[in-house]
Amino acid sequence: MGYSGFKVIKEGLFGQRGWKPVWRDPDPKPEYDVIIIGGGGHGLSTAFYLAKEHGITNVAVLEKGYLGGGNVGRNTTIVRANYMLPGNSEFYSHSLKLWEGMEQELNYNTMMSQRGVIMLCHSDGQRDLFARRGNAMINQGDDAELLDPAGVRRELPYLDFDNIRFPIYGGLLHRRGGTARHDAVAWGYARGADQRGVDLIQNCEVTGIDIKGGVVTGVQTTRGAIRANKVGIVVAGRSGQVAAMAGLRLPIESHVLQAFVSEGLKPCINHVVSFGMGHFYISQSDKGGLVFGGDLDFYASYAARGNLPMKEHVMEAAMTLMPMIGKARVLRSWGGIMDMTPDGSPIIDKTPTEGLFIDCGWCYGGFKAVPGSGYSFAHLMATGNLHEPAARYRLDRFRTGAGLMDEEGTGSQHNLH
Amino acid sequence: MRITCPHCGERDGREFTYRGHALALRRPAPDAGEAAWDDYLHNRENPAGDTSDLWYHGPCGAWIKVDRNTLTHTVSGSTLAAKVAR
Repeated sequence: MGYSGFKVIKEGLFGQRGWKPVWRDPDPKPEYDVIIIGGGGHGLSTAFYLAKEHGITNVAVLEKGYLGGGNVGRNTTIVRANYMLPGNSEFYSHSLKLWEGMEQELNYNTMMSQRGVIMLCHSDGQRDLFARRGNAMINQGDDAELLDPAGVRRELPYLDFDNIRFPIYGGLLHRRGGTARHDAVAWGYARGADQRGVDLIQNCEVTGIDIKGGVVTGVQTTRGAIRANKVGIVVAGRSGQVAAMAGLRLPIESHVLQAFVSEGLKPCINHVVSFGMGHFYISQSDKGGLVFGGDLDFYASYAARGNLPMKEHVMEAAMTLMPMIGKARVLRSWGGIMDMTPDGSPIIDKTPTEGLFIDCGWCYGGFKAVPGSGYSFAHLMATGNLHEPAARYRLDRFRTGAGLMDEEGTGSQHNLH
Repeated sequence: MRITCPHCGERDGREFTYRGHALALRRPAPDAGEAAWDDYLHNRENPAGDTSDLWYHGPCGAWIKVDRNTLTHTVSGSTLAAKVAR
């Protein structure tokens, strides 16, 4: 089923009764060419690009719950390519280009809104660092503008510019960054994959990975055994448990990251604003809710909810940056489970088991990576070769120490990124 | 979250800093080899359930091994790290 303005008007006139489910609900077949474990954003985009770019359509996506029910439906929807280090910068640059063509590629409204991302600086040193980062972004072929205080005031007049602790010295504006509708991204890729023949199998939990002589032969699931010569693990938040089924220990510790949304308000925040010194960032959804968050709670957790100290910290940072936010009321808060790696950068690689691949360790940057991760992981699974923009996301970089990408320079501990 | 410090008793979680999994107390021998050191420094069992991790209690300076559940945040026990390491 295609979508068009005409179709929307027609359905509006006839009571919205003509819409149909946009993907099938198939039973698993006994064998596929490729099995993707995990029906989240990255798994669905992997399946889509396997079919679209590589013509591999005999693919099953196995999801233990419902499609897009994990982190892709729990994040703060920010899309950007403002990384500095080689490895990350080319990957997120590629991913942002895919975001820009996504709605046409999928014929699906993902509400991609390039409203601009502004990172704020509060000292001469931090401004110098942002100039360097901006130059790195421009060298990568992306966009960056260094704003002086007047420039920031023009874009964000509501900030507390003369704050005694964090006076605003300027900002780095990344105009092509913005937000997208997170659920729609999962649904768009699901629909696109299904249309190309991929089986999306929900309520199907993988309980074991079959390996014979170092080669993967299939998986055991709650809906029976399924054979395949290629299996991809794409299960952010549960990577350790699924990898353990293949006898693999990962350089990952799971942490909780909280996010918050206010009641719906009239449009007042037109950008994504990042206040790094306060570990705070904010944007406004199209429904009007202020969507904001902070840093990790800093202890290992699978609870999908956080504790009060980080909530207080986030609210304090919000009041420091934009006192007007004190008039808004928080509607709800939630927590997501983050795969934290020792350098804060992800993993897209083969595993020691032949035919078994893994895409994990997205820390809290997974949403903006959805198209790029799927594209690069599909390339790796289809061709056996690393995809150039993701070629540095190696699993063994921690063991060897070569090619670490510690974007914040905070050291080799899982919770410090 | 409230954590029990062996010196100070049950205290607000704000007083404590998380310092990673308690496997840090089982440091391999210097010549244990690359795989052992990789496991020690980077790889984690990362359980969804009962775990033990290290916390630092700021007010009294104690390093504590805390037994904790990662799904519920329940704290079930705590020991001075110095006693565990011996």
